[in-house]
Amino acid sequence: MNYLEIRNVNKTYGDKQVLNDISIDVPRQSIYGLLGPNGAGKTTLIRILNQITMPDSGQIFLDGKPLSPNDIANIGYLPEERGLYKKMKVGEQAIYLAQLKGLDAREAERRLRHWFIKFEIQNWWDKKVEELSKGMQQKVQFIVTVIHEPKLLIFDEPFSGFDPINVNLLKNEILELRDKGATILFSTHNMSSVEELCDNIMLINHGQKILEGGVYDIKQQYRSHKYEVVIRPSQSELEIPQGLTILATEKDANGEMHITVESMHANELISDIIKMGEIVSFKEVLPSMNDIFINLISSSNQR
Amino acid sequence: MKIGIIIKREYLTRVKKRSFLIITFLAPLFFAALMFLPALLTLNSEKFDEKKTIAVCDESKMFVGKFESTDFNTFIYIDDDITDLKLRVKDGEYDGVVYIPGTSLNIPVNAEIYSVKQIPMTLVSYIRSTMKTTVEHEKLMASGIDPDIVKAATTAINVQSIRMSDDEEKETFDEFELMLGIFLCMIIYFVIFLFSQQVMRGVIEEKTNRIIEVIVSSVKPFELMMGKIIGIALVGLTQFLLWAVLTLAISGVASTFLPAQDVFSTGTVMAEQIEEMSEVTDSQATLQMVFDIVNSINFKAILWCFLLYFIGGYFLYSAIFAAIGAAVDNETDTQQFVTPISLLLIIPMVCSGLIASAPDSPLAIWLSIIPFTSPLGMILRIPFGVPIWQVVVSLSALYVTFIIFTWLASKVYRTGILMYGKKVSWKEIFKWIKY
Repeated sequence: MNYLEIRNVNKTYGDKQVLNDISIDVPRQSIYGLLGPNGAGKTTLIRILNQITMPDSGQIFLDGKPLSPNDIANIGYLPEERGLYKKMKVGEQAIYLAQLKGLDAREAERRLRHWFIKFEIQNWWDKKVEELSKGMQQKVQFIVTVIHEPKLLIFDEPFSGFDPINVNLLKNEILELRDKGATILFSTHNMSSVEELCDNIMLINHGQKILEGGVYDIKQQYRSHKYEVVIRPSQSELEIPQGLTILATEKDANGEMHITVESMHANELISDIIKMGEIVSFKEVLPSMNDIFINLISSSNQR
Repeated sequence: MKIGIIIKREYLTRVKKRSFLIITFLAPLFFAALMFLPALLTLNSEKFDEKKTIAVCDESKMFVGKFESTDFNTFIYIDDDITDLKLRVKDGEYDGVVYIPGTSLNIPVNAEIYSVKQIPMTLVSYIRSTMKTTVEHEKLMASGIDPDIVKAATTAINVQSIRMSDDEEKETFDEFELMLGIFLCMIIYFVIFLFSQQVMRGVIEEKTNRIIEVIVSSVKPFELMMGKIIGIALVGLTQFLLWAVLTLAISGVASTFLPAQDVFSTGTVMAEQIEEMSEVTDSQATLQMVFDIVNSINFKAILWCFLLYFIGGYFLYSAIFAAIGAAVDNETDTQQFVTPISLLLIIPMVCSGLIASAPDSPLAIWLSIIPFTSPLGMILRIPFGVPIWQVVVSLSALYVTFIIFTWLASKVYRTGILMYGKKVSWKEIFKWIKY
């Protein structure tokens, strides 16, 4: 069952088509990655989901019902360009932003205290935002995003500006939120986080959908049938069996051979290699999301 | 209601600021000082001086006994040589010496006062007027005219200006109405500017802070804009209220500490000014006149008009300023947009003298009806009395324009707040209105 469905959304600014017939299905309790270079239309799509911008045409369904202004309380949004009132105290400000999401002041404070303890930042409550470091502000910002326990969370480049320790903290929080039932849409350039976190992705460029699917399926779809094998040769001179397509060989200091080889069937490949010597390791070289991303974008730009 | 939450924040963060408290409490002190200082200075200046002893060296012998000693000054007539007297002033025996040299024609027109410390202006003018009356008296006598006849012939003319309406005739006091009009006009000018600029700065702050996107994902941009405008309007009204209360309180306290005769010192000063203007010398009559002036002004109508025009004008300008704030990236870029808008408000300010001196001229009427200038233009004319239909037309035009401009501004605002790093021109802004 999909929690979020986007159907044929179009958006034009002046004579520039920013979104061209975009459709997405986001399964409930999954993490969905929205990928694409700068200016691809990600932020516009996210703003449409947040009802900041209206689409020219197309429909959006949340939990099977058309998106309505009341859904603001069901969505938590961490924008890429984010900030807080500098002169306002942290606690006061967090309560204000939670109130705008529809929580009453007392409930907001109760939940905030809980989060502040969890993040070990209780003593920030009465500090002004301008007294905090940028990383500290990001933590507050994250809490403010999730405080109303939204069913759909939208993160736009969530890891930008965080130090590695906080990135880890954030990843764990995101996974925890998903396990508790939230559906998460996140937009990023950070491919390693995509592979780690996302269940499904969509790749857009110039407002058009280029690729969509599960991360595992996509990797399978773009596999190049390359394998990296390390063997300890039985003879000093390596004998290559007939029909093997060797792409590269390299001998290391321990006398082990590193071979990159192409083959359609892993089992046949192993039975061929076994003749050459003792197999130390054997693994398929799958393309990284980064490679797929760069390949697809550059070929779509050429068209 | 979310707009209520926004109004509350906009209001509280500003009211809690130190600068707000300082301005709120210092301004009434300043007003009170403005009210009391002139009275204190003009009425009590002599009290602050010590008693002075003045020697009179009258070579013409015409003024002997003419200068009368008072509580503050003692005149002593001495026939010694002036150079000797000057030395004695230097030694501190006298505070000063008045030297009237004798002339061949025996009509002295010059006098010299020597002193170490500055002689008070009041004393100088007393000597001048005494000499004047004495000489004039002598001249009249010499020509064979009885000075009493001349005195009897001197007449004070009192011209009253009375404006007629259907049911009553009312005395008017143009000078006072002019002053009141210009005073109100300046207040409205400053507060509209002050508070609508605050709206603009607030919008720019949210934009440069980048908090804007978090907020507009929770509330509609229109709600945020209106929340800010209303919140700041309430700050302005709070400030007015506190000013009024505090000014009255401070005046009350101040007058209990002053001698009884100075309780109505402002009234007295006003009476003196009117005395000069109308040459009415009877002080009883002038006091009556002050009360007449106060009674002739319809303060209730002025207060209502002031509030309605302040609110209308403030909303109109702050909606425009909010749109400007949304369109630019920082405050330095606002100038090209703020200047032409400000001109609209400055025009009636520049014409205020013209309007107040001829409140029913076509220029005055147009400036008080055209929405952008009417908050100032009409407030200038209100103390003189304005036909009710003109007020109705002007207010309706103002509020309709305010609604239209708020609608247009919200469109610019909606697009502008999410637009970064773009130098915005007027052309661009008109394009946003069409989106």
